Amino acid sequence: MLHIKCPHCGMRSQNEFSYGGDATIKRPELGKEISDQDWDNFVYNRKSLKGKHWELWQHISGCRQWIKVERDTATHEIFNTLKATEDIS
Amino acid sequence: MTQSFRLENVGLINRKNKISFKFNGKTYYGFEGDTLASALLANGVHLIGRSFKYHRPRGFFGAGVDEPYAIVQLYRNGETEPNVKATEQELFEGLEATSVNCWPSVNFDIGAINNFLKIFLPAGFYYKTFMWPKSFWYKVYEPFIRKAAGLGVASIKHDKERYEHKYEYCDLLIAGSGPSGLASAYAAAKNGARVILAEDKARFGGTLLTSEVNIGNKSGKEWADGVISELKEMPNVTVKNRSQVFGYYDHNMLVMSERISDHLSKTKKFHPKQRLWYIRAKEVLISSGSIERPIVFGNNDTPGVMLSSAAKEYLKVYGVLVGKNPLIFTNNDSGYETAIEFKKNGINPAILDSRKDPHSEIIEEAKNLKIDIKFSYVVVAAKGYKKVKSADIAKISDNKEQLGKIENIKCDCICVSGFWTPTIHLASQSGNKTKFNEDIDAFVPGTSKQKEKTLGAANGVYNLDETLKSSFEAGHELSKKITNNDNKVSFPNVVEKKSTSHDKFWCVPLPDGKNYKRFLDFQNDVAVSDVEIALKEGYRSIEHVKRYTTLGMATDQGKTSNLNGLQLVSKIENKVVPNVGHTTFRPPYTPVSIGAIVGREVGKHSKPTRKSPMHLWHKKNNAVFIDAGVWLRPRYYKQGDENLFEGSKREAKNVRTNVGVCDVTTLGKIDIKGPDAAELLNRVYTNAWLKLPVGKARYGVMLREDGIVMDDGTTTRISENHYHMTTTTAQAANVLSHLEYYLQLVWPELNVNVVSTTEQWAGAAIAGPKSRELLQKLFPNFDVSNEGLPFMGYIEGDLFGVKARIFRISFSGELAYEVNVESDNGNFMWEKIIEVGQEFKIQPYGTEALSVLRIEMGHVAGSELDGRTIPYDNSLEGLLSKKKDFIGKRSLTRKAFTAEDRQKVVGVVPLDKKTSIPEGSHLVKDSNAPLPNPKLGYISASCWSVEHDNPFSLAILKDGKNMIGKKLFVMSPLKNKIIPVEIVSSHYVDPKGERVRS
Ligand SMILES: [Zn+2]
Repeated sequence: MLHIKCPHCGMRSQNEFSYGGDATIKRPELGKEISDQDWDNFVYNRKSLKGKHWELWQHISGCRQWIKVERDTATHEIFNTLKATEDIS
Repeated sequence: MTQSFRLENVGLINRKNKISFKFNGKTYYGFEGDTLASALLANGVHLIGRSFKYHRPRGFFGAGVDEPYAIVQLYRNGETEPNVKATEQELFEGLEATSVNCWPSVNFDIGAINNFLKIFLPAGFYYKTFMWPKSFWYKVYEPFIRKAAGLGVASIKHDKERYEHKYEYCDLLIAGSGPSGLASAYAAAKNGARVILAEDKARFGGTLLTSEVNIGNKSGKEWADGVISELKEMPNVTVKNRSQVFGYYDHNMLVMSERISDHLSKTKKFHPKQRLWYIRAKEVLISSGSIERPIVFGNNDTPGVMLSSAAKEYLKVYGVLVGKNPLIFTNNDSGYETAIEFKKNGINPAILDSRKDPHSEIIEEAKNLKIDIKFSYVVVAAKGYKKVKSADIAKISDNKEQLGKIENIKCDCICVSGFWTPTIHLASQSGNKTKFNEDIDAFVPGTSKQKEKTLGAANGVYNLDETLKSSFEAGHELSKKITNNDNKVSFPNVVEKKSTSHDKFWCVPLPDGKNYKRFLDFQNDVAVSDVEIALKEGYRSIEHVKRYTTLGMATDQGKTSNLNGLQLVSKIENKVVPNVGHTTFRPPYTPVSIGAIVGREVGKHSKPTRKSPMHLWHKKNNAVFIDAGVWLRPRYYKQGDENLFEGSKREAKNVRTNVGVCDVTTLGKIDIKGPDAAELLNRVYTNAWLKLPVGKARYGVMLREDGIVMDDGTTTRISENHYHMTTTTAQAANVLSHLEYYLQLVWPELNVNVVSTTEQWAGAAIAGPKSRELLQKLFPNFDVSNEGLPFMGYIEGDLFGVKARIFRISFSGELAYEVNVESDNGNFMWEKIIEVGQEFKIQPYGTEALSVLRIEMGHVAGSELDGRTIPYDNSLEGLLSKKKDFIGKRSLTRKAFTAEDRQKVVGVVPLDKKTSIPEGSHLVKDSNAPLPNPKLGYISASCWSVEHDNPFSLAILKDGKNMIGKKLFVMSPLKNKIIPVEIVSSHYVDPKGERVRS
């Protein structure tokens, strides 16, 4: 079970969180023209990375904040966590 | 029976407490502090079961967790448990156990015929023997395997015992209380760290209980006792015996199972039987010791052949002789320790040492004690069927390939020592890549992967002085890192006998003309010849060899067999062992009961049950409940002996003719506040929300980004910047997360807050033509006329002194209202509605009537909004705004979603107006078409229309738009039904929606 540092609450067990997928995907702006391919990439196409990966988790049984977590998908090592509003550098 | 193999005045058992127990129906006696194994051995019982494949007689091989043979079916306090290791099960008064894997009895075992047919059961026998003919599988092979090859039998009764889970944090978790565990725990504890020390066995001390050493002028055991009692007094230390740390998971989380009551006749009141600990440790010290390795020789599975360390433990801890004429077969100094213990207790052992001319302190001691020692000698084969009677022995050449003349010597047990294998399971589970240590012929942990360090024998260090020193140091250093303290404890003086190196010898060659079975894996009956066959047949990877031969795959997970198996593969393949590699160590280290894993999450505890504030009223009024997500909802209110169909029909009819009331508390409710609330709704819902006036509700549909309908519900504008959203019962949690996602991550600029208020409001839906009259009586001072409170209107009222929210919304298609009050007032509201409603013939209605009403109205719900349908499919395309963008809109332009013959919801009526249509049935054009019959659609929901008094269903049908009036067939192969039907509009009642507006 992972140990995730919620930027709002501190170190918490994985069972307080729910997973939310790739954190680097940016939703296209509302009302803007977008090609089929770009829309498909946003909705469906995800890389299955081995290694470092920024992903979203929601601290669902805690502060309910969505957070960004940099995790190694192979080793589960967590390098960094950010608030929803903080940019991945 | 007398305990004729029990020594007087030796051992740590409590002789004052004599305990009676039964094995295979026969009564025996032992003492408090015995294991089932030691008590049986004290009584001279060596035959305990039959082996898995060949049904060969099985005795005891070890004295603890590594035991491959002595598995029993345990009976305790009216319950039974399979696959219990007799070497781990502590004796209690009234214990009963039976052999497993023997039928009809341990002494006469029909399966033993396999032993004589073993030519048919070589490596891969599962794959080869039971292959064909196919028809034999169910009738012949499977029953045979089930009967003959199983281990214990699981109880089919409900387990009445309680199991608990516990979460714990600590600075240092130390697994194992041998010398390294005690020393590191002591140093860390004295330095202020929060320490958990876990010991698998009942007694602390590990090898210190059996070894002849001196620490600080005390015997090993005295020193261990002193450290433990001091640790127990310290507030920063938790000391746990009977506790196995069996799994090392990510981020330094370890799981430990504590056997709290297994050693008692009966679990004490309010005590759990076992407790599972989830421990998050800052640092982990693995002091799990090592397990003695067997040497492989002919018939080495005969009862009476056992590990020499086990013989010593039975003697020193339990005062039990495993034999009175022991033969020790060793390749290292450990065997001598066992021999000396025998000698000291008046038994004359003989030692066969495969080494040619070893010299060490302990060998000298044995010589001085006049123990008979033969160097360059090996056991070729054990003799005896159900018990060792003698041994064929021979001199072995220096290159270990030629045997001399076979001699036979009498003995009643053979104690084997093939050196030691570090217990690296936990280290390996942590992700540590192990490395091969040539000096000890075994794998040891490599570079730490997580915050773990392996100490002492588990790390391949077999010298006590060095072990204690490094462990004191590790305990101090790691605790210092955490506590910043620097309190050192003094290091005790250690006296131990120096030993010399072992002989890299693990398998005795077969003598000419003999074809003895030489076993590697004792539990799964894997012999040297099986591995040879597997390699001959082309298996190379050790993982494949394991699966093909089942080497190391039994419940003992190859604790005693892995390394010898590797040695064999490396020898045949002519590779060094590290290049063969070992198979993966996976948790659990040792079997853990399912009960402990499940914990309290059984029965009603497996998920929380939510009840509405009106639950007791429903119960008193004969409600039959149904699970709706985590909620319990009334399905119908039973009158007399009516069934579900009759009751729901009555309730639905009463809504259509008079008035009914339904508990809708479970609907998800989300409070939305902020200046940008309308903008949020406008983006989340498919229809327009910016112009909704205060005091008005609107129906809305929300999509996922892929265009699929996520949920529907009404949202009401309570005041300028305040909205009340309702969701379906099932999607409440997902919708809240969905809103939070967009507010926090996608549109953080929106100034809006959302919070769940599902539990804060109790809801009652009042539906039916007489609902307005009833509402007027409930709220006499408020204008609830069609003008005062029009369809989709909202007012705040006062229900006999209780603040209430009144929404004019309808799910049933009738004139209807929903009244919300604060949850605490829910029951008051409900009783008032029922009381005042009497004159209008009010009846409560449950979810079944609710379904009937919504289905015949063609109102889509969960069974249509099933995560596969888009708005068009549900005839909700009228709610798609063309003027604005919203979540999921772009996806609706996908080709499949705009196809001319896209599926759409329709109504379905059987031609005979009688036959009910099973939900989930398929719609086809021709019921006689050859299979696979093309499916045009499926029945999503069925009811008995109370308006038309005939069956009616909703279906999602291909090209549904153009199918109205067509005749099709409903097919349900499950129910064996073919029903001719007509496709009609999904709005079977009041298609113009006049009633809700009346
Ligand atoms: Zn948090």
